[in-house]
Amino acid sequence: MSKLIWIKNGRVIDPANKRDGVGDVFIRDGKVCAQPDAEALKRAEVIDAKDLIVAPGLVDIHVHLREPGQTHKEDIRSGSRAAAAGGFTSIVCMPNTTPPADNPGTIRRIMDSCERNAVVNIYPTGCLTIGMKGEQLAPFGSLHAEGIVAVTDDGLCVQNNEIMRRALEYAQHFNLPIMDHCQDMSMTRGSVMNEGYWSLRLGLKGWPSAAEDLIIARNVVLSQHTGAHIHMQHVSSAYGVDILRRAKQRGVRVTGEAMPHHVYFTDEACKTYNTNFKMNPPLRSERDRDAVIEGVLDGSLDIIATDHAPHAPDEKDCEFDTAPFGIIGMETALASCLEVFVHRKLCDLPFLISRLTHRPAEILGLPKGTLSEGVDGDVVIFDPNESWTVDPLHFRSKSSNCPWNGETLRGRVKRTLVAGETVWLDAPGFTI
Amino acid sequence: MIQELTWNRKDLLTIEELSREEIDTIHALATQFKTTLGRSQKKLPTLRGKTIINLFIEPSTRTRIAFEIAAKRLSADVTLVEKAASSLVKGESLRDTAQVVEALNADMIIIRHSAAGSPAYLSQIVDIPVINAGDGAHEHPTQALLDTFTMREKLGHDLSGKKVTILGDILFSRVARSNVWALLKLGAEVTLAGPNTLVPKQFEELGVTVEYNLKKALADADVVMLLRIQHERQTSSHFPSLGEYKALYGLNRERAAWLKPEAIIMHPGPVNRGVELDSSLADGERSVILEQVTNGIVNRMAVLYLCASAANQTSETAI
Repeated sequence: MSKLIWIKNGRVIDPANKRDGVGDVFIRDGKVCAQPDAEALKRAEVIDAKDLIVAPGLVDIHVHLREPGQTHKEDIRSGSRAAAAGGFTSIVCMPNTTPPADNPGTIRRIMDSCERNAVVNIYPTGCLTIGMKGEQLAPFGSLHAEGIVAVTDDGLCVQNNEIMRRALEYAQHFNLPIMDHCQDMSMTRGSVMNEGYWSLRLGLKGWPSAAEDLIIARNVVLSQHTGAHIHMQHVSSAYGVDILRRAKQRGVRVTGEAMPHHVYFTDEACKTYNTNFKMNPPLRSERDRDAVIEGVLDGSLDIIATDHAPHAPDEKDCEFDTAPFGIIGMETALASCLEVFVHRKLCDLPFLISRLTHRPAEILGLPKGTLSEGVDGDVVIFDPNESWTVDPLHFRSKSSNCPWNGETLRGRVKRTLVAGETVWLDAPGFTI
Repeated sequence: MIQELTWNRKDLLTIEELSREEIDTIHALATQFKTTLGRSQKKLPTLRGKTIINLFIEPSTRTRIAFEIAAKRLSADVTLVEKAASSLVKGESLRDTAQVVEALNADMIIIRHSAAGSPAYLSQIVDIPVINAGDGAHEHPTQALLDTFTMREKLGHDLSGKKVTILGDILFSRVARSNVWALLKLGAEVTLAGPNTLVPKQFEELGVTVEYNLKKALADADVVMLLRIQHERQTSSHFPSLGEYKALYGLNRERAAWLKPEAIIMHPGPVNRGVELDSSLADGERSVILEQVTNGIVNRMAVLYLCASAANQTSETAI
């Protein structure tokens, strides 16, 4: 007998289908379906979403799961549960594992582990170059055959323009987008935070926004030249946002993403040398932060992603200079974005949800992020107003390197479903 | 010794966090200690039985020795831990090193480290006092204390309105940052000068003036403080060569003539003779470089005394 789930009484927001109103969502055998007949409804498992938002499960196209090779930080099991707790039902994992995902075997290994350990949908990416060394193209074709959805050397931006150009051309064979971490390495040697007033004051080596802007501009030129799609990861600078805005006006195939931490914090947060505010690209000035927010609002930045980057406590417990870059973000993303965008009335809920669901899915061509009939029953149910205080020790992630530690945020994920299965429930003792 | 000390810190991490009154307290105490320097028996029993660890993760000669002498004058026992001879080279974390030091019943840690912010980090780990002896390009509090102490001796106790020009590699200088804070708190006017790659205009947001015209920067200064060009911190080319630096910014006799006759010349050392400062000026009448060194002892004695006292009071209250 088929299994029917009836999510009722919630405000259903499905931006891809321009749906916003109190109503029902039905999931039969894991797929979203139209309203069944009365007889079937009697046997449905009812989820009451009164006073809650019901939306497509969130999609995060920038996540580090650390498997294989760095599983003391995170693995597919813990990372997928952290995603579920944050309302994410589909995530895209970066290839900077150990070994790097630059060969079909490693991709297959990741896929096998996902099959056994994941509670959300995980899509892998492959390296752009062998060993992420920026010298020799990775075998995109073989990686594509194993199921990658994009190529990227995230974290180690390809510096050589010729290699980047050829990568862009070759990736088009497989319709693979390229995701780029935009950083000119020659300008950022030894840099640990944004270059500006606070780096001068704190005596820390600055990472100038120009080093990001240069590569964004380079990528615009190469996208124009090759016709290939480049997605700029974690855009953090005002000028970078503007470069994207103008490129889009000219019809260049570029997209960009914003990070919750870049719209929530500024580089002033580094003033206590707390390593949970050290990430790459760094927290920038107020002007940059406002520009990134504006970029999200006017569409220059297409989507929001987290760059969830777990590091073990002892790795982050050290001098600011020596700490690794990166913070975790999936379990705070929705609440922190609600704070910045919705509670401050910069945009409405459907707009924010679109940036966290179907828009990121479209960038990589994933069949996700909507509540259209027939799609997998991936749903997030959340209370946009419920206050909670962030305590990373309660996170599903293995790591706790979270800059929101101790902050009180509004917006709580109450339940997450993947293909109709509950993978997160905001209730004591819930385990999966 | 002194009644009504304005001091309740067990750590000295930055000048930025100090009040003017706290700086005055240190200087008043240093003045008292200075009167003991001429005695044949220089030791005071103040810190007898205390163990102080000089934790020098970054090499230093002058600051390390000055702290060591200051501690010994107060009858403390001093042990030096240097990076090369410690477990830090075996991969031990700063946290573990600090906890070991504390478990060895040390009473105070003096830390010199190439990473900015590491003294503050250390102070969160251990309960015993932490004294910053220089952290990366961030701060070097005792240097600024001895520098402003020296200025007060030479220019008078009230530094308000006095003009101090700091010339050289400001970007990588913890001495400059600590002096900026100290001088602003004491009411002085600070000008930073040097090539723009080493003196970003943005420093003005700290409340100082950035001046690229050397003649203007020197013309009305009461004090000119020269800083060493720190090749070891510059990870890329911030300046073509020492020769060009000398040609454009080195303080020589000709440029010293732009100074007011009574202006003094300071340098935290070590001096690159013939680069930022001509030998004849370094050894000349206006130079107070060696007095800075002497004042470094008494100011550090004052800091050690005050922080140790504050720690004692805290622990006694706790009991």
